[in-house]
Amino acid sequence: MRYILRRFGFYVLAAWVALTMNFFLPRLMPGDPATALFARFKGRLSPEAMQGLREAFGFTHEPLLKQYITYLGHVLKGDLGISVAYFPSPVMKVIGTGFVWTLFLAGSAVVLSFAIGTLLGVAAAWWRRGWVDTWLPSALVFVGAFPYFWLAMVALYVFGFTLGWFPLGHAYSDDITPSWSFGFAIDVLRHAVLPVGTVILVTLGGWLLSMRNSMIAVLGSDYVNLARAKGLPPARVALRYAARNALLPSVTGFGMALGFVLGGSLLTEIVFSYPGQGYLLVQAVRNQDYALMQGIFLVITLAVLGANLCVDIFYLWLDPRTRESRS
Amino acid sequence: MSDSNVASGITAWVDAIRRDRKASIGAVLLALFVIVGVFGPLFAGDPQALVGIPLQPPSAAHWLGTNGQGQDVLAQLVVGTRVSLAIGFGVGIMVVLIGALVGVMAGYFGGRVDGLLSVLFNVFLVLPGLPLAIVIAAYLPSGPLTLALVLVVTGWAWNARVLRAQTLALRQRDFVAAAIVSGESKRRILVSEILPNMMSLLVAQVIGSTVYAIGAQVGLEFLGLGDVSAVTWGTNLYWAQNDSAILTGAWWTFAPTGLCVALVGFGLTMLNSGFDEITNPRLQLERAWRAHLGAAGQKAGRSTPVVVDRG
Repeated sequence: MRYILRRFGFYVLAAWVALTMNFFLPRLMPGDPATALFARFKGRLSPEAMQGLREAFGFTHEPLLKQYITYLGHVLKGDLGISVAYFPSPVMKVIGTGFVWTLFLAGSAVVLSFAIGTLLGVAAAWWRRGWVDTWLPSALVFVGAFPYFWLAMVALYVFGFTLGWFPLGHAYSDDITPSWSFGFAIDVLRHAVLPVGTVILVTLGGWLLSMRNSMIAVLGSDYVNLARAKGLPPARVALRYAARNALLPSVTGFGMALGFVLGGSLLTEIVFSYPGQGYLLVQAVRNQDYALMQGIFLVITLAVLGANLCVDIFYLWLDPRTRESRS
Repeated sequence: MSDSNVASGITAWVDAIRRDRKASIGAVLLALFVIVGVFGPLFAGDPQALVGIPLQPPSAAHWLGTNGQGQDVLAQLVVGTRVSLAIGFGVGIMVVLIGALVGVMAGYFGGRVDGLLSVLFNVFLVLPGLPLAIVIAAYLPSGPLTLALVLVVTGWAWNARVLRAQTLALRQRDFVAAAIVSGESKRRILVSEILPNMMSLLVAQVIGSTVYAIGAQVGLEFLGLGDVSAVTWGTNLYWAQNDSAILTGAWWTFAPTGLCVALVGFGLTMLNSGFDEITNPRLQLERAWRAHLGAAGQKAGRSTPVVVDRG
């Protein structure tokens, strides 16, 4: 319990650092974003309305500390300000639309990649020097040398443009209205194959190697030898005895990978014009929509921190040793 | 360290690279790109010049075709090499320097200093790097310096963590304990006992960080966060995407750039794994043992625990 509390404290601290950066960055940097922000509305708004907007965005002439406290208060209430590009929608509402798609994209990619990579790692360690062990790791390392988004572009070019197997972008076809129907689900899946597939392709190697290496270490231990000597079926020895214990290091990496993919998914979304967080973030940067930009950064950060906390709790449940030593 | 010492150190490295096949391949690849980066722009001509009809496929006049603006893709590729590599190496070195400073201090002084610095780099590790980089870059004037700064801010933490662990391990060693007992100053212990023993790790980290820096830089520029009017690998890809290269089937506007990034990354990785085999005493022993067995006309078996049999 103390362990979880300590981790929780750490994530709260990290969230606070992110919040504070969000507040101070625009105020420290050269080039006043407030001016850029308001330039868009020049001539269309009365001075009083401008002043009101200024206050709504938090750029007032109050002392910095007071502004900071006001800002924290707004964030805690879930008020991230008003988007300029999607004026007058509140940032929270704009983010809501993109967040679901990103969660779907990054979540399914990470889970699938973890499952497939770990199973392949088990296979590679179980059949040492088999073809999985010999060819797959080097092939995946080779693939990993390419910039991710470039691979995505090539995949889009080959499978989308030349072969025409998959759509060239977006989360679903323009002529279908979103609904909870079978046809819509199929359409969404067809659109997700290339984005999810390319992310899996570049992240698979890490899971494979990590599982393979820790599995090889575990396979040499006494209890695995005993299980074999007892004449247990090989599949049971491999999965229930060895793989279960070899999984621990991979689980530690899971939280970090989730953060990596959640953050990195914005490259995926740009290449495939996928309407998620990353797409919104880049649009926000191009439109100088600072409130939206900060809001998205905050939401991604909180999602990553939350995922890490979940992994910590899961780890505790998975590895009894951490429970005993901490309590 | 005297000059002759440095010189003999460099000769030793060069010799070691030449002996190792992987390292040689990596070094040659890398040297090629460095030469192109340094001298290429002198011969490539103006990469911004409009030389032909936009989106022409490769031909004798334009070996890699023309891009969406009607500029020569090859010239852009060659000119872009310089900036991209310079930022890559610069960031790679900076990131390791900062990481070493923080990591070694945390590992060596321990206690409160360690607690504070560890929390600092752990926070930076857990914050999502790419979104953070984008948010910082959005506020700064776009250009190579901004890119470098952003990459350093988001990239140093991992090195700090690894080097802290290494320092902790080295502190336990007898020669450091001996130096402490004999009353050496802290600075001297750090500079002449601990740092030299981390040299191979530091070199490996510079190489690894350079791979990271080149990839991340190209990614950020691809998103339009670099100076989009400059010619670099990342902006080439940005314009390819913006000019709908995929939808028009113009593979030559994005394929060569990606290949170059991958080749540089591949070369650096080869160099790194070569270095690993040169500096890792375990692998050295294995090689010596194999050579010895080979001379006696035998093959390494699985029984000798020191020798890792890799088939």
